[in-house]
Amino acid sequence: MSLKIVVLAKQVPDTRNVGKDAMKEDGTVNRAALPAIFNPDDLNALEMALQVKEALPDAEILVITMGPPRAADIVRESLYRGADRGFLLTDAKFAGSDTLATSYALSKAVMRCQPDLIFCGVQAIDGDTAQVGPQIAEKLNFPQITYAEALIAVSSKKISLKRRLEHGVETVEAALPLLVTVHSSAPACRARNARRVMQFKHAHTPSELTGIARDYTQIYRQHPCLNIEEWNVQTIEADLAKLGLSGSPTKVKKVDNVVLVQKESKQMSDSDADVELMITELMENHIIG
Amino acid sequence: MNNVIIYCEQNESGKIADVSLELLSKGRKIASQLGSKLEAVLLGHGLATAIEQLSWFGVDTVHAADDRRLFPYRTLPHATLITELFRRETPEIAIFGATSVGRDLAPRVASALRCGLTADCTSLEIGNHRIEKQGITYENLLYQIRPAFGGNIIATIVNPETRPQMATVREGVMKLEPAEKSNTPVLKTVPLDTLSPLDELVQIIDRQMEAPKVNLKGSQIIVAGGYGMGNKANFDQLFHLATLLGGEVGATRAAVDAGFCGHERQIGQTGLTVRPKLYIACGISGSVQHRAGMDQSAKIISINTDAGVPLNAIADYAIQGDIMTVLPKLIAYYKKHSK
Repeated sequence: MSLKIVVLAKQVPDTRNVGKDAMKEDGTVNRAALPAIFNPDDLNALEMALQVKEALPDAEILVITMGPPRAADIVRESLYRGADRGFLLTDAKFAGSDTLATSYALSKAVMRCQPDLIFCGVQAIDGDTAQVGPQIAEKLNFPQITYAEALIAVSSKKISLKRRLEHGVETVEAALPLLVTVHSSAPACRARNARRVMQFKHAHTPSELTGIARDYTQIYRQHPCLNIEEWNVQTIEADLAKLGLSGSPTKVKKVDNVVLVQKESKQMSDSDADVELMITELMENHIIG
Repeated sequence: MNNVIIYCEQNESGKIADVSLELLSKGRKIASQLGSKLEAVLLGHGLATAIEQLSWFGVDTVHAADDRRLFPYRTLPHATLITELFRRETPEIAIFGATSVGRDLAPRVASALRCGLTADCTSLEIGNHRIEKQGITYENLLYQIRPAFGGNIIATIVNPETRPQMATVREGVMKLEPAEKSNTPVLKTVPLDTLSPLDELVQIIDRQMEAPKVNLKGSQIIVAGGYGMGNKANFDQLFHLATLLGGEVGATRAAVDAGFCGHERQIGQTGLTVRPKLYIACGISGSVQHRAGMDQSAKIISINTDAGVPLNAIADYAIQGDIMTVLPKLIAYYKKHSK
């Protein structure tokens, strides 16, 4: 039996590049203005999965992404870079899910694939919680290895990995099945493969096909991997009570826009006189000695 | 029952990690406010020193297990024991350090108990929560406060229904404040009979631990660079000023992501929290996440070509100019005036 690998990847707003146009006049975030990108750590996770496949060529890599219909881009991007198949988990009923409800939905989706190995990024840049990976592992009763930085060895039975901790590194070995969260310090993901781009640009979800005149029925029969299946709450047989707002134990009590209280700050130029004045003031106050 | 419990990490030298001591200090205050007890849980090996330390933090009860399998930390044995302990003791609040241990363990425990968990809180408070629609008021909930969505908002999170209310907090966010008097906590042994061979599925083959090379937390002067430094060569110039002033170099996440320096220098919500005497921010616009890690600095200098950056609002001196122009002047005038 060949090894089955699931990679969990998320489409995220690029919060690292919040420019001035990304703020509305009332000071709130204009989410529509933020570009949607492949969560950076998840790209490292995809790369590690591809390295496993290089070591064990029989392995099959399935990508699952949860999000709105446009998140199908994440599946296509993964296919361009070497994944074998992809699924989009999308349903309005997932809206408002916290990490517990999200991990429940994703664990139900993962169960359909019966994987030996699951890779995902340590955290997503829109929330930075690092909670969903371990929570999926718990729900599947899989052991977990977090903060993986390098793949050392892998067989169909076990894997050894290097972990990146605050003050050092740790080498661990674990039996499969297993969930691995991959750290940003792991090798960067390989680029798209041009031939795969030509092939997989035809990969679509059923919703995307409704806007396309071409009939894909025949193509999908010959190349089932081009069909990005859409999964919803029914497909994954999820319990509605455990999803969305009702399935989320954490509630947002309030959200404050950031308002800065102006300090009495001295506005200065970069002139010699100003810089010298500041330095002497700091020295007189024994801030610097 | 209804107590505040702090998960304490044992470090390489057998002591309790600073982050755990900081959380005990905060936990003590929360427990007093709630009129409940402060408990510590300590799973490790060779715990004598660590238990001794706890007597200075006003801990009422210590749940401890001393076993070879529990140090170095591994997910499964710790998660099994903590989950079982929380089921038995039903704490009101459980706080973990937001470290590679706490961030590995807390979500797994929260999932097993189906509890709410908030990561990387920058503040914890106690307060009420009213749901108008249902006319219910929850009293004395833990407000878990953290920046969200790229730091453009500050969210206050509560867990009205599930217990314990769980949160993780980064090192340096809470102040380490030992009690004035020592006490002797009640010691309760955590039974190990719930551990199974399945908890041994992950084995540590090798560990290479190093003392942190960069001592940002202990630095009285920090020269920090942001993405506005432009490139690594410019960023490296900051070391001259830092060395001259006897300080250290810090960075924003954007600067670290751009490869200007290593992650160990990152200051902010997902990095270190620092409180130096002087913070010189170079080419830093000042996102909420970054400010969360440095806004308690005694004096702040912001050097930026853009006079309107958010950081200038909390700066004592805001210099409008290019850092590569200002930096040599800072060095020259410091040298001129220092004896």
